[in-house]
Amino acid sequence: MSLGLIFMYSALALVVVVSGIGLITSRNAIYAALFLVLNFVTVALLYIALGAPFIALAQVTVYAGSIMVLFLFVIMLLGAEQLPIAEPLRGQRVLGILLAVAFLAEMVLFVLLRGAPTVAGQAVSPDFSTPTTIGMLLFERYLLPFEMTAGVLLAATVGAIFMTRQPRPDRKGALPAMPEESKE
Amino acid sequence: MPMSYFIGLSVVMFAMGILGVLLRRNPLVVFMSLELMFNSANLLFVAFSAYHQVLDGQLFVFFVMTTAAAEVAVGLALIVAIFKAKRTIDLDQMSSLKG
Repeated sequence: MSLGLIFMYSALALVVVVSGIGLITSRNAIYAALFLVLNFVTVALLYIALGAPFIALAQVTVYAGSIMVLFLFVIMLLGAEQLPIAEPLRGQRVLGILLAVAFLAEMVLFVLLRGAPTVAGQAVSPDFSTPTTIGMLLFERYLLPFEMTAGVLLAATVGAIFMTRQPRPDRKGALPAMPEESKE
Repeated sequence: MPMSYFIGLSVVMFAMGILGVLLRRNPLVVFMSLELMFNSANLLFVAFSAYHQVLDGQLFVFFVMTTAAAEVAVGLALIVAIFKAKRTIDLDQMSSLKG
């Protein structure tokens, strides 16, 4: 493998890891969201390197575009950039780090013992995963899951609107009593 | 590029997502860590799809993306509803089952 390729892949891995660390360590939620956008775009570059341009574009538009815009909207709507510094649950931080390290060790052991494929994958042909072939597969073999995904998205949209709607004043101008608010 | 590169990167990303879920108290950052874990699984899907020359992995990434979008919409709506009821979104404060 050429030196430039090795350099490119290690730079991409470095950006992925550093942006992930930035996500879980930054105090401000806005910065965390921007680190996550950087992470998504870098992984999209990896998808392009793996010969999956359609997935890479979907990643940039769906994840780095719309989902993160939704996140930023909610962060700013709630004013939740920074939580007040309070005493966390005792021992929670140590336990969390211990569990994460245990998971990491478990995965490394699993990969080492199972013997993951280490040889390089074959070079993908240019017409392996064009949007055309993906579309053909999506609307032929995966038609039923595709329709079910549409149903899931519709249900999620209706649920989100239902959960965040404002109690609307009725015709006489009085707010209807919400059951959970009337108790207080 | 050898597959071990993608496997290692995916494992590290997943572990960082677990760390974020376990350590952070801001539910929005917890959601973002969940997205990071989805992303690591997606990377492995695409890598093995290219390795085995089978296109189905990329379609699974497509389905994971749409499901994640639905999950984010519902989750953020839940967070907004909880904020309206309790005026805080600190995860440590959410210790009661009754509103």
